[in-house]
Amino acid sequence: MIDQMTIGTLLEKYPFARTFLENNGVDPDTSMDQSLHDFFSAIDENTKEEMAIDPAHFISRLNEYISQMLSFLGETGSTVESLTILPGHYKTGEDERFSDLTIQKNEIISIVGPTGSGKSRLLGDIEWAARNDTPTGRTILINGQEPEKKWRYSSSEKLVAQLSQNMNFVMDLSVYEFLSLHAESRLITEKESVLERILDQANLLAGESFSQDTPITSLSGGQSRALMIADTAILSKSPIILIDEIENAGIDRKKALNLLVSEGKIVLMATHDPILALMGDRRIVIKNGGIETILETTDKEREILSQIEEMDRKIQSLRSRLRRGETLTGIE
Amino acid sequence: MNLITVSGPPSVGKTSVILKTIESLKNRGLKVGVVKFDCLYTDDDTLYEKAGIEVRKGLSGGLCPDHYFVSNIEEVVDWGIRNGFDLLVSESAGLCNRCSPYIKGINAVCVIDNLSGIGTPKKIGPMLKSADIVVITKGDIVSQAEREVFASRVHSVNPKAVILHVNGLTGQGSFELSTLLFSEKDHITSLKGKTLRFSMPAALCSYCLGETRIGESYQMGNVRKIDLGKEQ
Repeated sequence: MIDQMTIGTLLEKYPFARTFLENNGVDPDTSMDQSLHDFFSAIDENTKEEMAIDPAHFISRLNEYISQMLSFLGETGSTVESLTILPGHYKTGEDERFSDLTIQKNEIISIVGPTGSGKSRLLGDIEWAARNDTPTGRTILINGQEPEKKWRYSSSEKLVAQLSQNMNFVMDLSVYEFLSLHAESRLITEKESVLERILDQANLLAGESFSQDTPITSLSGGQSRALMIADTAILSKSPIILIDEIENAGIDRKKALNLLVSEGKIVLMATHDPILALMGDRRIVIKNGGIETILETTDKEREILSQIEEMDRKIQSLRSRLRRGETLTGIE
Repeated sequence: MNLITVSGPPSVGKTSVILKTIESLKNRGLKVGVVKFDCLYTDDDTLYEKAGIEVRKGLSGGLCPDHYFVSNIEEVVDWGIRNGFDLLVSESAGLCNRCSPYIKGINAVCVIDNLSGIGTPKKIGPMLKSADIVVITKGDIVSQAEREVFASRVHSVNPKAVILHVNGLTGQGSFELSTLLFSEKDHITSLKGKTLRFSMPAALCSYCLGETRIGESYQMGNVRKIDLGKEQ
């Protein structure tokens, strides 16, 4: 019984239980030689009342926490090789006309369509691993099979990680502290090397480099996005990344997408930006709540892409010249 | 009728989450009613009315809002049953971050937001720790890492709960939440004989009874003093 062993023994056996104890108002360091049972017996009813602690409830939650953490740690890592979307219907009830859509690991898919056309619902279906039980009637398969239940209900394993334009860092921490916190929540063992890799990658993506001591709230827009992307690519457990636009400033978007796919992610990208849309291998066209069609990026489009990338490069260079205080005399 | 109690600190987006979730419940043909408990003021009832949802509001005024909640919930349930609701949602704010107006055997949802800081899950008492479902809002404006860290903190204080992310503005996640809220087997006909999951904070000091003067001689009943340490 976990409430009979000393807290010291408990932590030796389950080191991660420290988080639980600390977050639930028990300071393990002052009561290492005590069992939880003794710890609770030693405090009177009044104090329990004040601390809002119910020992039986406490122990049952701790048991649950330990068993979940053990199964989490014991997992060999179920990799997601592919994601399949089976058709449902439009808002009107009419059937979607595509047969099925399978997206492989390392693939980038863009999603285009007017605002309100059903992009978030598509994402919702994927996130919830729909089984013909969502408003669109779509079905999601993982590795060609019905998804495991954990994708719906587990708090530590979500199918989809999201990166969006509106996101900000709100914590008051340095880059290092911030990444440590994330790594610890994932119970990463080789924290230092992982953190170093994230920082290096983020600096490769960002125009201006930053150090691990920079407070995250003082990062520029580009630096923040670079850090968010590098962190999501390397530290997030979610196999699918949904990107809602990436602003074209202070960040190398092509490298960013390459980083995500090189970490084995499936990338879905909702965008109205032609450069991003054409960077996808395919694009899903959404209309009236349904998937209207799926287009392969053609060779002609790839050609157009390199032309607009060239234009983009020119605009970027004008931007940085203005920034440096130069007077423009022509477009290179 | 099913009853669900939804609570959470002020301004986390409880009403938005409930409104979006009821849309999905209505699509399943369910009749839903809401009762909104608040402290001094609320106009959330008009938001529900606009959405065509039958609503009642209760303001606790000078009383502890959660004490007010328990002393009224039974009548509210009877009102819901008389109106033929399939589902009655009670919405209340946990103003002291401790209270949970949760009732044993009744589905309890706690709503908190990503902006409140990662220390928050630790600070919230039974309202978070004994909830069956924890809804985390405002995930669209913080980074993925912060969402993951926040969810893992919630998990560490309440490993039994189902944790869902819901966006109150777009409704993303609200359909998913709606699937967890109604079940034929959860029907109740009355709250008679049910108990709270956790006791509410004890009250009753002279200030509960209308005292306004400051000073030791006016303090009676349940009084506790802050520990300011020893002076040199």
